[in-house]
Amino acid sequence: MTKPLCIAVVYPDLLGTYGDGGNGLVLARRAEWRGHDVALLQAVSDRPLPEADIYCLGGGEDGPQVRAARTLIDDGTLARRAGDGAAVLAVCAGFQIVGRTFPGADGEPHDGVGLLDVETVKAAGPRAVGEVLVEVDPASLGPLPTLTGFENHGGATALGKGTAALGRVVVGVGNGAGDGSEGAAQGHVVGTYLHGPVLARNPALADRLLSWALGDVTLDALDDEASESLREERLATVGGKRRRRRRT
Amino acid sequence: MRPHLASATTRAVNATSRRLGRGQGTVAGGRAGLRLDPRLLEHLSAGRQVALVTGTNGKTTTTRLLTVALGASGDDVVSNETGSNMPPGHVAALAGTKARRAVLETDEVYLPRVLAATTASAVLLLNLSRDQLDRTNEVRMIAGNWRAALAAAPHTHVVANADDPLVVWSAGVARDVHWVGAGLRWHHDAVGCPSCDGRIEFTEDGWSCAGCGFARPDPEATLVSAADGSARGEWADGRSAAMRLSLPGRFNQSNALMAAVAAEASGIDAFRALAAMEGVVEVAGRFTVRSFGDVRARLMLAKNPAGWGELLDLVAGSTAPLVVSINARIADGGDPSWLWDVPYELLTERAVVATGDRYRDLSVRLHYGGVTHTTEPEPVLAVTSAAAGSEGVVDVIGNYTAFYDLLGAP
Repeated sequence: MTKPLCIAVVYPDLLGTYGDGGNGLVLARRAEWRGHDVALLQAVSDRPLPEADIYCLGGGEDGPQVRAARTLIDDGTLARRAGDGAAVLAVCAGFQIVGRTFPGADGEPHDGVGLLDVETVKAAGPRAVGEVLVEVDPASLGPLPTLTGFENHGGATALGKGTAALGRVVVGVGNGAGDGSEGAAQGHVVGTYLHGPVLARNPALADRLLSWALGDVTLDALDDEASESLREERLATVGGKRRRRRRT
Repeated sequence: MRPHLASATTRAVNATSRRLGRGQGTVAGGRAGLRLDPRLLEHLSAGRQVALVTGTNGKTTTTRLLTVALGASGDDVVSNETGSNMPPGHVAALAGTKARRAVLETDEVYLPRVLAATTASAVLLLNLSRDQLDRTNEVRMIAGNWRAALAAAPHTHVVANADDPLVVWSAGVARDVHWVGAGLRWHHDAVGCPSCDGRIEFTEDGWSCAGCGFARPDPEATLVSAADGSARGEWADGRSAAMRLSLPGRFNQSNALMAAVAAEASGIDAFRALAAMEGVVEVAGRFTVRSFGDVRARLMLAKNPAGWGELLDLVAGSTAPLVVSINARIADGGDPSWLWDVPYELLTERAVVATGDRYRDLSVRLHYGGVTHTTEPEPVLAVTSAAAGSEGVVDVIGNYTAFYDLLGAP
């Protein structure tokens, strides 16, 4: 028997605010439907982080976010596994804490895990809240269809030289650092501000993470009728606005 | 003179609005009054005994239960029964009456402002969890604002849920707190200690933080549930009362016990209060059974993961067809991501129909949850199609605007 594909939802007790735990469920089902054994782990923050093939981090509030970053740094497993090539999907607060630094509730910078060369500060304007469309940069993850999602954050995330943007914002704010970028990608680590959850809204991105974890295999097509119907409706409804919101 | 003019304007705008068939007009009239006199709520509250009811879930029902309970005193009791739970709604309710007692449902975010304006004699804090994250503040920020407001209100009796750490942290600064062991099924927003940022551990008997010792206070009254769905309210002084409500569900037993303790703090015997609450059959349409043509449907409201958790418990055992209707309009919050925090997997045995503006989002969630379902964008058609081939009452659960659309549908 082969070892099951291990998917860890990281600290749902601290980073579980916006339904992002659904990303783990989407990955697990899509692997199972293709005949793979899967272990889907809810990795709570008072235990050592398990060894996994894919790690999913979600959104959270300021206080728990600082605690999650400190615990992940002390634990060490996430950085080591990412260094070994494990896939990481980090959303919103999770995206910020896998970067180099991020702001706490008081705005003071805190150390992140450092998997992505990005730095986040508190944005000067109001929170970025609303639907987002992102054209994926083929140089970051290869060709992927337009991403849809919902953002809700108060950060401004600047990309360093070591990392590429996940894509370019068509509608919404995204990273909010003035360059029109959204998210970041570096090796098998993907950061984004998109909730939805992002993998439920964008099954092609889920399959990209799965193909990394399963060794770059070509994945069979699945019955994605429900997801495709939702994508078409979101692209039409949100895309009708075709504008980049700016913080004023 | 100004308060009188403003109050009269509120009444006049409301009356006009009702005559024109534009609903209750509470918001329009209240806004007009507040424009003329920004301190109108303060003026209208003077001389009355005001109780405020707030929390993420159960506000409307608990407001109704407490209103009925306080009515057992024989006094007239006024309340914002239309669910307009911000100052314009409060002003509109108070402007039309001389009632000595008032029970005001209050939006979580507005509690500090309304408490300061009304100098309420009692505040009920039910629970605090994630709801419409795109619209309101994060729950910890709300808890912090409650705490500051209660610290500045030393003459207010606070009735608070001892099982919700965020509520306890907010209420802990108040001078007079009546703790109620009202239960809390949804723990996911309360794992981080609000006091020290440590970690809260939940056990059978309560909860505590290993870091700073912050822990569940001893309740004055506790809801004790039995396996058959019945429950008793048990007081620390030895009193005990069976909860015999017409409203279904553990969450309503919990709301009623909170209201009974609040009634007692307002001078009305808790048992008399509970007896009065037994007569409440439905609240603002929740649990109403209505007909769509030949089809009978029971309408239920759940607008966030905590509310869904309670309702799924109630409906999971049934075999009736189930319609779920989801919108993401302004009053619902624009981000339906919360659907992924609801354990819809409990519905795998039910025949489910997904409907509402955002039926597609729900359909994707159910697909990954392994719940067999059909989709029908039009809610009334969804109810009638769900009934096909089965007898009896269809269960319908909607979030806020989805629920009211079906309640008001012709």
